Amino acid sequence: MEQQLEASTLGMWVFLVTEVMFFGGMFMVYILYRVLYPEAWVMGSNHLNVTLGALNTGVLICSSLTMALAVRSAQIGSRSGQVVNLILTIVLGSVFLIVKYFEYAEKFEHHLVPGPHFDMSLPEAPHQQLFFSIYFMLTGVHAAHMVVGIGLMLVILTMAMRGRFSSSYYTPVEVSGLYWHFVDIVWIFLFPLLYLLGAHLGAH
Amino acid sequence: MSTEHAHVITPVRTYVAIFAALLVLTGLTYLVALQDFGVMNTPIALAVALVKASLVVIYFMGVRYNTPLTKVVVVAGFFWLLILFGLTLNDYMTRHWMGVPGR
Amino acid sequence: MSHAIGTTGTSYLDAPHGLASWLLTKDHKRIAMLYLISITIFFAVGAMFAATIRAELATPQGDLLDSDMYNKIFTLHGVVMIFFFLIPSIPAVLGNFLLPIMCGTKDLAFPRINLLSWYIFIAGAIITLAAVFNGGVDTGWTFYTPYSSIASESSVTVAALGVFVTGFSSILTGLNFIVTVHRMRAPGLTWFRLPLFVWAIYATSLVMILGTPVVAITVLLVAAERALHLGFFDPTRGGDPVLFQHLFWFYSHPAVYIMILPAMGVMSELVAAVSRKQVFGYSFVAFSSLAIAVLGFLVWGHHLFVSSQSIYAGLVFSIITMLVAVPSAVKTFNWTATMYKGSVTWESPTYWVVGFMGLFTIGGLTGLFLATMGLDIHLTDTYFVVAHFHYIMVGGAIMGYLGGMHFWWPKMTGRLYSEAGAKASAILVFVGFNLTFFPQFLLGYMGMPRRYHAYPPEWQVLNVLSSAGASVLAIGYLLPAFYLTYSLIKGAKAPANPWGAKGLEWTIPSPPPTFNFEDDVVVDEPAYNYKPAREVHVG
Repeated sequence: MEQQLEASTLGMWVFLVTEVMFFGGMFMVYILYRVLYPEAWVMGSNHLNVTLGALNTGVLICSSLTMALAVRSAQIGSRSGQVVNLILTIVLGSVFLIVKYFEYAEKFEHHLVPGPHFDMSLPEAPHQQLFFSIYFMLTGVHAAHMVVGIGLMLVILTMAMRGRFSSSYYTPVEVSGLYWHFVDIVWIFLFPLLYLLGAHLGAH
Repeated sequence: MSTEHAHVITPVRTYVAIFAALLVLTGLTYLVALQDFGVMNTPIALAVALVKASLVVIYFMGVRYNTPLTKVVVVAGFFWLLILFGLTLNDYMTRHWMGVPGR
Repeated sequence: MSHAIGTTGTSYLDAPHGLASWLLTKDHKRIAMLYLISITIFFAVGAMFAATIRAELATPQGDLLDSDMYNKIFTLHGVVMIFFFLIPSIPAVLGNFLLPIMCGTKDLAFPRINLLSWYIFIAGAIITLAAVFNGGVDTGWTFYTPYSSIASESSVTVAALGVFVTGFSSILTGLNFIVTVHRMRAPGLTWFRLPLFVWAIYATSLVMILGTPVVAITVLLVAAERALHLGFFDPTRGGDPVLFQHLFWFYSHPAVYIMILPAMGVMSELVAAVSRKQVFGYSFVAFSSLAIAVLGFLVWGHHLFVSSQSIYAGLVFSIITMLVAVPSAVKTFNWTATMYKGSVTWESPTYWVVGFMGLFTIGGLTGLFLATMGLDIHLTDTYFVVAHFHYIMVGGAIMGYLGGMHFWWPKMTGRLYSEAGAKASAILVFVGFNLTFFPQFLLGYMGMPRRYHAYPPEWQVLNVLSSAGASVLAIGYLLPAFYLTYSLIKGAKAPANPWGAKGLEWTIPSPPPTFNFEDDVVVDEPAYNYKPAREVHVG
């Protein structure tokens, strides 16, 4: 059991490194164009809804706490603790996605989605399109990870309710917890880099 | 490998303390973003994000109790990211050095 | 080497029976066989595209195919050969089969994920195949923007998704190998007692883990740019198409080492076995694998010397590129030193070893030409480049793959093949290969650009030589298909250790039983302990 837990944990960490590199490719695009077009980047950022972004940051931090507590409950063999904390994690994850949905809807309404419908009357409109392209790509891929995470948690929840885990076997809880925390970390970087980069230069 | 570390159970109050710290740091990120520090705004924001990420990695993800190997894996991931950023920017940031258009 | 001298267990090939038992197997050896069958099919497909290209280029006029069709054919040749044959070849077949055995364990760390990666591989292949039937792809395997993102009207999006999905297969395989090497080694099997093949596969896995995700996101960005009107590399919105090249080559240059490092690992095993001698400078060879994996990530800019990259960045990339020659040369010299005064026997693996060393040396040295910035500006996008990377990827990687297949075939199938056939094949491949690709160095030096279906008549002689060589090469590749298949039906039963080689895999029966070892394995000696060790390992 010990060796199996160690192998699985190591496997997940190695997988998370691939995730770092995966998001890293998008961050590279972000960095380059931000350096090349700083004004357009600030203007684009100021179109984002800081309140919703901050709310979602809080939601994800809460979910990370419940996730950590779910793993802890598994370690001490408390089935009810696992179930409650996993449900909370799933609910918080869903709240995040719902808020994200409203944010996206707002962007569609204001013609801030790159493509033929983009509001070309904006200053530096082509470069702002670059900003919104990378905004949608980063947050979209992040949201996709959240969906996967919620699916994973539903599986773990079912297993926990059937009493599959004990203080001597909780590898799946621990390993999927690592994934969940990682998705949280990505958002910790996305929030300041996307939402706050022009805040001091006057919000909209 | 070793058998003692896997059974360390973090007390709830540690988790709650880290949680509180993360919320405070989020507030801090926001407040700092409202001030004009010139070119330093982004480095400050990144530094706070890095502290937050480290708290999650070390406490929530339990790297504290993990084998040295896990730590090497974590560091290697970020190191390789820096290779990607560094050598790409090494091109873009030096393009005007030669004074030849397009170089 | 171990105490697990073979007893008569049921071989992994015999039980359980039925198609389902293969398609749902978690046995690393059976999964290796699934890969073997699939990549052999892809190799045949890719080779047919190559044959079409060489047929077109036998005459100066573009008469066999129109230029659109020609573009699609060379694109598919590249995509199929690189993503569906070369990258999985040695790791997924020989690595899957041998790594757990060489580590003295029953299976990989995650047998189910191992099976999953095969299914993901097949899914990626089916998606890419859908692109082929949907009109093909004409961007070249490199998918350069802005052509791939804006201009091309072929099914780039589908092909990109196919490559994206296949990437996951590669990532999961690498992850599995890394965890296995770290966590599953038998007692006593320290890092410096591991066979060098394991070191090479481990280094390869690192490249897979760290590089593949970047190409995955890059092709996804291209797909998003085409399908969702997002802009990342779109010059009309201020995007930079060259950024795509940076991201693409961050993976795709190291990908070359995904292909060649495992072949180097195979060579280390074969050289020791045919020389009956410990590999000279074991730890140097082991660390050179890691050095190649790391340095491989620092050199991608040498693909961008003429793509508006800054001269300063070009200089940095050029210097680091030349450094890669050092660990590569360490390997070549150490193999030569191993064979020197070794008791070299001229069995069929020896032919592949010698062929590999010749071709890899030419491929490696011409790489230095291309690393030299001034010379590369003359040679960029000419047949010199085509010849160079075929010497590495075909002359190196496929020679290594075939050498390894011949060496371990008796172990994998329990059958002996025709030695004469194998020697003939190795000679034909070597001769045919040189005849095909050496003229291309000259053509490239004279300025013949790659990716054109027509050329001035004065280049015809060399092109005809090249096409003739391709026919010889084709026979060299077809021969093993016959005698290896024949060995399955009529071949003599293989003993546990037909080559008299050292290594855990030779201590168990051929073919191995389902769980590899009857008893727990304990290792108490260094790798390649052919004679009482004269060398002391640094460790």
